[in-house]
Amino acid sequence: MTGPPPAGDRTAAGRPTTAFPEDWAQLLQSGQGAAMHPGALRRLVARTTALLHRSEQDGGFDAGSAEEAGALLVDAHFTDPEILARAVGLLHGSDLAQGRTAELTGAFAAGWAAALRERTLAEQEAIHQAADAARKEAERALRESETRFRALFESAAIGIGIGDVEGNILAANKALQDIFGARPEDLRGRRVNDLVHPEDTPGVWEAYEELVSGKREHFQFDKPYYRQDGEVVWTHLTCSLIRDDEGLPVYQVAMLEDITDRYRLQERLRHQATHDPLTGLPNRTAFFERLEALFESPEPGARFGLCYVDLDGFKVVNDSLGHEMGDQLLAAVALRLESALRPLGHLVARLGGDEFVVLLENCRGEQEAVAAAKTVLAALAKPVPIDGHRLAVGASIGVLERPVAATTPMAAVRAADLTLYRAKEEGRGRWTLFDPQRNARAVSRYAVSVRMPVALDRGEFFIDYQPLCALADGSLAAVEALVRWRHPQLGVLGPDEFIGTAEETGLIMPLGRWVLEQACGQAADWAKRFGAHAPQINVNLAVRQVRNAGLVADIDRILRTSGLDPRLLQLEITESAVVGPHDESVRALHSLVDLGVSLAVDDFGTGWSNLAYLRDLPVSSLKIAGSFVSDLKESGKEQQLGWRIIGGLVSLAHTLGLTVTAEGVENADHAERLRTMGCDWAQGWHFGRPARPEEIARRIADSLGPKDGGPGFGSGREGTR
Amino acid sequence: MQQRPPWVPAGMDLDRPNAARVYDYYLGGSHNFAADREMARQAVKLWPDLPLIMRANRAFLRRSVQYLAEQGFTRFLDIGSGIPTFGAVHEIAREIRPESRVVYVDKDPVAVAHSRLLLKDDEHSQVVHADLTDPADLLSRPEVVGLLAPGEPVAVLLVAVLHFVTDEQDPEAIVRTLRDALPPGSALALCHASLEGRPDQADAHQDLYNRTPTPLTMRSMERIRGLFDGFELVEPGVVYLPQWRPEEPATVGPHPERMVGVVGVGRRP
Repeated sequence: MTGPPPAGDRTAAGRPTTAFPEDWAQLLQSGQGAAMHPGALRRLVARTTALLHRSEQDGGFDAGSAEEAGALLVDAHFTDPEILARAVGLLHGSDLAQGRTAELTGAFAAGWAAALRERTLAEQEAIHQAADAARKEAERALRESETRFRALFESAAIGIGIGDVEGNILAANKALQDIFGARPEDLRGRRVNDLVHPEDTPGVWEAYEELVSGKREHFQFDKPYYRQDGEVVWTHLTCSLIRDDEGLPVYQVAMLEDITDRYRLQERLRHQATHDPLTGLPNRTAFFERLEALFESPEPGARFGLCYVDLDGFKVVNDSLGHEMGDQLLAAVALRLESALRPLGHLVARLGGDEFVVLLENCRGEQEAVAAAKTVLAALAKPVPIDGHRLAVGASIGVLERPVAATTPMAAVRAADLTLYRAKEEGRGRWTLFDPQRNARAVSRYAVSVRMPVALDRGEFFIDYQPLCALADGSLAAVEALVRWRHPQLGVLGPDEFIGTAEETGLIMPLGRWVLEQACGQAADWAKRFGAHAPQINVNLAVRQVRNAGLVADIDRILRTSGLDPRLLQLEITESAVVGPHDESVRALHSLVDLGVSLAVDDFGTGWSNLAYLRDLPVSSLKIAGSFVSDLKESGKEQQLGWRIIGGLVSLAHTLGLTVTAEGVENADHAERLRTMGCDWAQGWHFGRPARPEEIARRIADSLGPKDGGPGFGSGREGTR
Repeated sequence: MQQRPPWVPAGMDLDRPNAARVYDYYLGGSHNFAADREMARQAVKLWPDLPLIMRANRAFLRRSVQYLAEQGFTRFLDIGSGIPTFGAVHEIAREIRPESRVVYVDKDPVAVAHSRLLLKDDEHSQVVHADLTDPADLLSRPEVVGLLAPGEPVAVLLVAVLHFVTDEQDPEAIVRTLRDALPPGSALALCHASLEGRPDQADAHQDLYNRTPTPLTMRSMERIRGLFDGFELVEPGVVYLPQWRPEEPATVGPHPERMVGVVGVGRRP
């Protein structure tokens, strides 16, 4: 929307003066007039036109009316100078105030300009006042905000400190002064970097440097400080960076909360969790934490040492003088160990009972570990005076010194423990150094006894069968049941590797019963399949089984359950199973024979070989210990002697009416010689290694097929013995 | 939620041009400082129509307030009121409804101070220093709460202010928030710089304002129409400034789009 063409053009073109009111109205419609209500604009046009006309009335000239007309335009916001230019042109070309047009125009312009000046000044005045008011308001708000801030800062319960990025402390509030126990002047001007504490968390100062250099916005740490009085105060510190408008770091604000009580409580709880209340020494948990930490990221070639200490005869003290005395003794021992070894930089911990351990971190070699063990013994050399008693206390020590890379924490402790037992066995009051080979053996014993109770339940045992052959025709006469253990860590173990432990632990009872059940069941199965060609089954009885009152009933039950012909079962006992002819066990053996079962003496010749017993026992077979045959020399006098002894044993057995089995027969020559001697049966690698039942079954089946005869039939699968 | 903590006063920098005072200058007023005048002169040099546009805008404010007063409105909420060089809302409304109450809102502390000086003896006019981009805060001010109290419909004026709200500040959401706070029957009068009116000027003009604390975002007519979502538009709908209910058809002129501003009045059902 543009205005009409400039009115001045038309007046310049000499339009009739009667056109003035319309031209004037058109002029006012442009510009500001566009914003006005048409009615208001019409009123303005009418009023100004009237004023301009009035100035020329009565033949005179009234400058006031023309000035008023100019002022009215300004009042109506016709403030654009262009409107004046155009109004002047229009008035000049009009026939108003005849002859005094110039005066009229001048008066109008003066009125407009004066009003505009007033208006401009008034508006400038107004806007300056407004700006002033706004500024005052802003300042008041700022003052209020500052007051609020100051109050917040001063009365905050949390300690607040403000510093510059150079590390100068600029302000500290009351709470912070209280935390530091300091007066304002004590803190002002101090430097943040002076507030180092030896227990500072690693990384706290690195974080601080990053903050003040603008690399991070804030950090949080638990940090200790020295108070003005030298005491330590623990705080939870939050430090933030303040930047200026350009983003450059200018201030740091630290907020500190006093957490000393909480920290001390945590420390006490942690101490309680990791220390033995009786002796104050680190406990098992703490010891293993330290040990495991050692293994976490060891330096290449790092070594460590362990002294596993067990007091000698502590139980006696405890039992005879009472637990209280025992506790006092333990505390005294702990104190001695601690004061003797701590200065050397070693950790002393109590593992429980009368067991202590010394940990040597960064051990320099075996000598250092041994020296530590000697220090332990020396520390305990003098008797411990308690309540008027002078208690002599010694210790046995297992010493282990190894590269960290060579072992694990658990293995190391177990090895040190096993080494300790050697020290005990070798006579107490001494230290023993770890020996890898002996350790390996001890570990297997350890692993066997620990594992065995669950092994039976988990079906880790199984039975192999070794053939006993008739020397006369090489036929399969019997098989001996041999129990094996498929140990999850150690692999398959033979009876010699665990039967001893089984006897010690008593596990032989359930294990022996299980073997009997399995073997009888297997034999009954063969009997069913092969009839008269089924072999006799030989099962070993341990001493403890023989002496067990329930043996006969067990065997009876097993025979019934399996359905095995008792004549197919032969039980092998050792000489040591029977102490004398009137032994309770002899009666049991008779009862077994009454059941139809036969008995054999196993390993004959290795024990007492009491011939008198042989006569009294209801045995029907004798097995000559394998060493008699396998130890035979290649040739010479000794060989002759060996054969003569074997021949004597065979004839002795025959005299007593016993059949004889030779064990350990490993070649055909020996088999032939035994046969010519009249030995009945033989057992050994030459006749077959222990084999799985299926293998035995195949042998039986083969022997029933096309007869190829001879004793040399394949030994089948590789046995484990 | 307030955008800044209550203890931090709004910035007040008289050395930088300010939209309210530049607008005053376009209208021939003297409520301005050197920096404002310099920027305004530069803008007018680039776009000589600006004073005309501002007067057309002022005329729309007058016509829409007159219309609303004639419809019976006596409560007005003028957001982005700036410095009312002439024709303040309460003056226009009271010619028709002498009992009219007006609450003026602006975020510029100087404009607010000016309005307060001007209205210090006016019992029925109040001035609130608040920011449209935080409508929840704006609506929570006691003066606004009082005006919006149930009973009578309220006319909300968003005249030449939403184009100072950036897209990130989400003008649609702001209008929705205001709309939902209005009593039934309330009205919205809106004027917004469009992209279509003078595409040749839009970029340079926005660039100029983007150097001030109040950057300008001109928007498409379609988007401006969308701001009336939830309102029923009164005749003639969303149009260019001079086309909205002109008192005399001749004032519309042959090129209403040259006035760039797009306007409309809507009512809440």
